Amino acid sequence: MHRVLQQPFKTAVLLLVWGWLLLLVLTPNLLVVGASLMTRDAGSFLALPLNLDSYRRLLDPLYLEVFLHSLYMAGVTTVFCLLIGYPFAWALSRIGKQRQTLLIFLLIVPFWTNSLVRTYALKLLLATNGLINNALMGLGLIDEPLQLLYTEGAVIIGLVYLLLPFMILPLYSVFEDLRRELLMASHDLGAGKLATFMHVIVPLTLPGVLAGVMLVLLPAMGLFFVADILGGSRNLLVGNVIKNQFLDARDWPFGAAASILLTVAMAVLLFAHRLSRRRLGDEEPAT
Amino acid sequence: MKQTLLSLRGVSKVFGDRTVLDALDLDIDDGEFITLLGPSGCGKTTLLRLMAGFEQADGGQILLAGKDISHAPPEHRPLNTVFQHYALFPHMTVFDNVAYGLKMEKRPQQEIRERVEEALAMVQLGDYARRKPHQLSGGQQQRVAIARAVVKRPRLLLLDEPLSALDFKLRRTMQVELKRLQRELGITFVFVTHDQEEALSMSDRVVVLKEGVIQQLGTPREIYERPANLFTARFVGETNLFPGRLERVTDTSITVDVFGVHRTLRKPDFPVLEGQDVNVLLRPEDIRVLEPDADHGLPGKVVERNYKGSTLDSVIHLNDGTEVLASEFFDEDDPTFDYRLGEPVRVSWVDGWEWLLPSEPHDSASERLIDA
Repeated sequence: MHRVLQQPFKTAVLLLVWGWLLLLVLTPNLLVVGASLMTRDAGSFLALPLNLDSYRRLLDPLYLEVFLHSLYMAGVTTVFCLLIGYPFAWALSRIGKQRQTLLIFLLIVPFWTNSLVRTYALKLLLATNGLINNALMGLGLIDEPLQLLYTEGAVIIGLVYLLLPFMILPLYSVFEDLRRELLMASHDLGAGKLATFMHVIVPLTLPGVLAGVMLVLLPAMGLFFVADILGGSRNLLVGNVIKNQFLDARDWPFGAAASILLTVAMAVLLFAHRLSRRRLGDEEPAT
Repeated sequence: MKQTLLSLRGVSKVFGDRTVLDALDLDIDDGEFITLLGPSGCGKTTLLRLMAGFEQADGGQILLAGKDISHAPPEHRPLNTVFQHYALFPHMTVFDNVAYGLKMEKRPQQEIRERVEEALAMVQLGDYARRKPHQLSGGQQQRVAIARAVVKRPRLLLLDEPLSALDFKLRRTMQVELKRLQRELGITFVFVTHDQEEALSMSDRVVVLKEGVIQQLGTPREIYERPANLFTARFVGETNLFPGRLERVTDTSITVDVFGVHRTLRKPDFPVLEGQDVNVLLRPEDIRVLEPDADHGLPGKVVERNYKGSTLDSVIHLNDGTEVLASEFFDEDDPTFDYRLGEPVRVSWVDGWEWLLPSEPHDSASERLIDA
């Protein structure tokens, strides 16, 4: 007990953090778990008895299809983010400090604008009468406007656009930690560029890749407004299902169950990330 | 018969507007332990990187056994490097770290296993093959780095301040170990350090570098006893520098006035004229401290005494304020041998143990550097 009194600042900070986590993270999540186990009610949204019906409904082929399609779009988004983000982060870690600061600044600037607004901006670009079509027609490359908006492609472009920084930043961090001496050692021991990439760079940046995937894949499945604005009615994300259950269908237990599904998927990815960190000998995951 | 293994011919390196190496020539003999010694920024690490191929020279040639390797990438050079911070791959076991170079050569599994085990046994880490680098101590990591480099059987091993991260005692052990390895393997070692003691105790030859220019190349003994210039004299070991003026020059001897005391010394190798200024160099162990009533020597008083076990090191201020370092072995026959602070003494040196250098311009820092 006297240690608590000896370190009042430390105790206060820890209490604040734990209090915050309990009140604003653990409690809402427990409420969602609770809601997912209850029964739908037209008047008060939730009612007893407790049951697993909502989870059973998740296995319905209709929802399973939405889930799989959503996973597919999020997967494609993740792959594109990785393909763009990996070389970008690599280059970012190799250029001079001044240009590095500038590029990271540019990477963060879009966050100052609401993502909803930025998605509408994308819509203006992709629309039938939008900037891209007008430009292409003006150049005489096409005669009729292309169907860009309300396609799967449009949703994926939107998701990549919004989520790319979340892939680049963790990758940049692992590339910054990648010591040049290790690459020199690899060359010194007879490895060419490709062998060094495969045996040294990839394994050592894997934690960053997994962190990036976590920050892109799951949010991609949840960003319902991107699908709403750019995808039309056929390109739904899990996020749309959840939103619709809460706001339109008024089926809170089912919406809660669907969001639990995403949380569980996140937990699985976090676990994989932790394992990959362990392999490198880090005692604590850095992210 | 000594054979040249690696030749640097007029090698230059420029970073931005700074010339790090300026038309440097150096021949390294096959099988020798050669050390590049100098303060930080003298170009020794750059020189090593040019040899390894991590940097490209802006001019000149690098020949390995007569073959021009100036433009060969590091992976095509038959030499290996032990890095300052070991640079072990953190995601691989000790075994995989050591096996890496052989895997790149696409050696058969069986051969890789045998050679890795042999290399690990050589550095006494046979039982640690399954560990990860972070589970090893600094000294053990260092040994893995050495095993990883020598398992490839290079012609030349480059060592970039490999002991600088180790504590004093471990450092001593590793110095002996490295010498033993070098003898047993017969590999040429190019060793970079800023530690002059390390350089003297380990090397067959030492290259003293300053601002990208070789100051002196010689055996440790030559470097210490017959430094080519004031820089080497000051950088290697501790030195007392006495300014002197030549009074008389004959065919074999000279007479020098040092602080008003006239001494007749052997004639140095460099040309001398009467009236010329010279520096008389004396290592602390060349100094003799005499009783105050002795009939020769420079008067002064003891301002500091450090008991070092086998020697007694003292600092003496001459009457004009010049500081003199003296290091004397204990005299078995004189158990009371010691000084009191402030005790008046006279300072002299053993005839013939001095070393003369011409005085150099901008030679104001001599007194400051004595105790550096």
